[in-house]
Amino acid sequence: MNNIIEHYRGEHAATKDRLPGAGLDWLDTSRDAALTIFGEKGFPARGMEDWKYTNVRPIEKRPFRLARETASDAAIDTRLCGDMACHRIVFVDGRYSRHLSEPGNPSAPITVKDLHTALLEDADTLEAHLGKIADVSRNGFSALNMALMNDGACISIADNAVPERPIHLMFLSSGKEEITSQTRILVMAGAGSQATIIESYHSATGNVYFNNITTEIRVAADASVEHYKLQHESNKAFHIATLHVEQARDSTFTSFSVSMGAQLARNDINIWMNDEGANCDLYGLYMADGRQHTDFHTRIDHASPHCNSREIYKGILDGHARAVFNGQVHIHPDAQKSAAEQTNNNLLLSRNAEVDTKPQLEIHADDVTASHGATIGQLDDNMIFYLRSRGLDYHTAHALLVYGFAHDIVEKMTIEPLRHHLQATLAGRIPGLDRPHELASGG
Amino acid sequence: MLEIKDLHVSVDGKEILKGLNLSVDAGQVHAIMGPNGAGKSTLSYVLSGREGYHVTDGSVTYKGRDLLAMETDERACEGIFLAFQYPVEIPGVNSSYFLKAAVNARRRYRGEPEMNAMEFMKLTKEKMQVVEMKQELLARSVNEGFSGGEKKRNEIFQMAVLEPELTILDETDSGLDIDALRIVAGGVNALRNEQRSMIVVTHYQRLLDYIRPDHVHVLADGIIVKSGDEKLALELEEKGYSWLEKSA
Ligand SMILES: Nc1ncnc2c1ncn2[C@@H]1O[C@H](COP(=O)(O)OP(=O)(O)O)[C@@H](O)[C@H]1O
Ligand SMILES: [Mg+2]
Repeated sequence: MNNIIEHYRGEHAATKDRLPGAGLDWLDTSRDAALTIFGEKGFPARGMEDWKYTNVRPIEKRPFRLARETASDAAIDTRLCGDMACHRIVFVDGRYSRHLSEPGNPSAPITVKDLHTALLEDADTLEAHLGKIADVSRNGFSALNMALMNDGACISIADNAVPERPIHLMFLSSGKEEITSQTRILVMAGAGSQATIIESYHSATGNVYFNNITTEIRVAADASVEHYKLQHESNKAFHIATLHVEQARDSTFTSFSVSMGAQLARNDINIWMNDEGANCDLYGLYMADGRQHTDFHTRIDHASPHCNSREIYKGILDGHARAVFNGQVHIHPDAQKSAAEQTNNNLLLSRNAEVDTKPQLEIHADDVTASHGATIGQLDDNMIFYLRSRGLDYHTAHALLVYGFAHDIVEKMTIEPLRHHLQATLAGRIPGLDRPHELASGG
Repeated sequence: MLEIKDLHVSVDGKEILKGLNLSVDAGQVHAIMGPNGAGKSTLSYVLSGREGYHVTDGSVTYKGRDLLAMETDERACEGIFLAFQYPVEIPGVNSSYFLKAAVNARRRYRGEPEMNAMEFMKLTKEKMQVVEMKQELLARSVNEGFSGGEKKRNEIFQMAVLEPELTILDETDSGLDIDALRIVAGGVNALRNEQRSMIVVTHYQRLLDYIRPDHVHVLADGIIVKSGDEKLALELEEKGYSWLEKSA
């Protein structure tokens, strides 16, 4: 434990002059403070309630290093979703790659900048907003991210702007061993704006690396933000991601979080609904096989009256995989007329797979509607028999039903190329599924 | 076509079929009637190869082969089709995708070329008209949110598309109003010819006004207690089943 803290102190000392925003007093101070917090907390211990089922010791055992230079290539096709038109910013081993990015001239109402550039050009704005929603002392990962954040993106959408194209932040791992990326993303969606942000994580090889990501999204009044996060890391990678969202009056936030890769993936999603009329929909799909471990912790704070939240998380577990879902919903004392709905369904394809699911509703107002439901089950024999009685062989029937389980999440994605991408990904993970794009309803 | 001899079937250790004999020739329609719990659905399931139905004695020969040795999907590819008493809802699985997969599974089995999307569309359009089914149902998940009547029509629609040699209709008439019943029967009759056989399981005589059987059997407590022609169905309608159970 102490060794690993020393190791990251060393990383900080060795890179601090070149980290984004180096020399900005406020930021240097924040990084130093965060490093102190990390020194005190270290990585979360298993005894902590939030980390009861997720053991991060393996991350602690390896001295991951920040990439010292930017790789020029990652041997990955950056056209994740065919030729989907988007503003694409690419990072390799956690560092912005000008060479691979296709920002596509975002014009005045929106700006998309890598963290270095943003801290050079808009230091005042970042001082006002960076780290204001995320709590650095939340745990060791949050602190480490603040201390070492070595790149990322800053997206700002002007009031009432409606960018035509999604903004895609693409994170590639080149295959270099033992790299850590401490990625920071800040999104500010102005009043009345509408934007789609995609974060995706990919690896060229099956190597070991550690991504620690903090994303902050501020959704101003009447704005609407759709956030997609696609986690396709290497099966040996460690992926720790925390999303913090703050919503103003009458705003809408939609999250899709797909977790497929990594040996250990932990997603924390924290939504703070700060003013009346806010609405959030969180959708998640996780798939794990072999010895993969995936963990979703969501927390929604209904801090004002008349807000709605809805969560649907679905998991497909095979092999010796393990999944954790923990869904906290806090309805604050004045938050009358809140409506909260939460569902977590898990499909176990192997008797060795395991799921721990726990809803946690804390309701401190009386005039609210809140519901939750969690299921853990296997494929339905009736359904298998029905499909086979029409001539489908067992494997095809099985594959169709596994796909069918995930389908309602796929279907809710509003961006067609992303839907197709997810269908193709599912087909890749479910042997026996032909022509997945034909599975869409209406097609 | 189908030869069932002294069939004994147990479910969860309880004997349901207790020595059933039935012989169905090509082109024939056999009606099986009987009280609730007699074992009609059990017979349907055992012919389609459902798990959990244990044959403890007897034999079933289909087209000269041992049917009981075949997997469910192989039976389907060999031309057996069961119209379910309770069609299963399958969330997230597109109806059209599913049915095309079924059509092509059969074609592959027979060494025929697979049907492409255009051919399949043409086929389904034609067959949907036969059962007066709404085109939009094909775009939805299999049976999901279908009304009771729509589910039964969907069974007959699938049958029409798959053109089975041996069809088993398990109480397809239950829950249908008279118009729907006529449409469903029309779909079934359209398929009748000298090569195809059918087993029509029903609780009520009414269906047999529309699908006229060559033979009628009464199944009670796991065995066929009486066989006859159409007139037997009318007699049952009049007298109920109790007189037979007593004599059996
Ligand atoms: N899964 C099962 N487990 C135990 N008993 C069953 C099961 N399925 C059917 N049975 C019993 O088998 C008998 C015959 O059922 P079934 O074949 O459905 O009759 P029918 O279709 O003629 O109404 C009934 O007594 C029923 O309760
Ligand atoms: Mg029955």
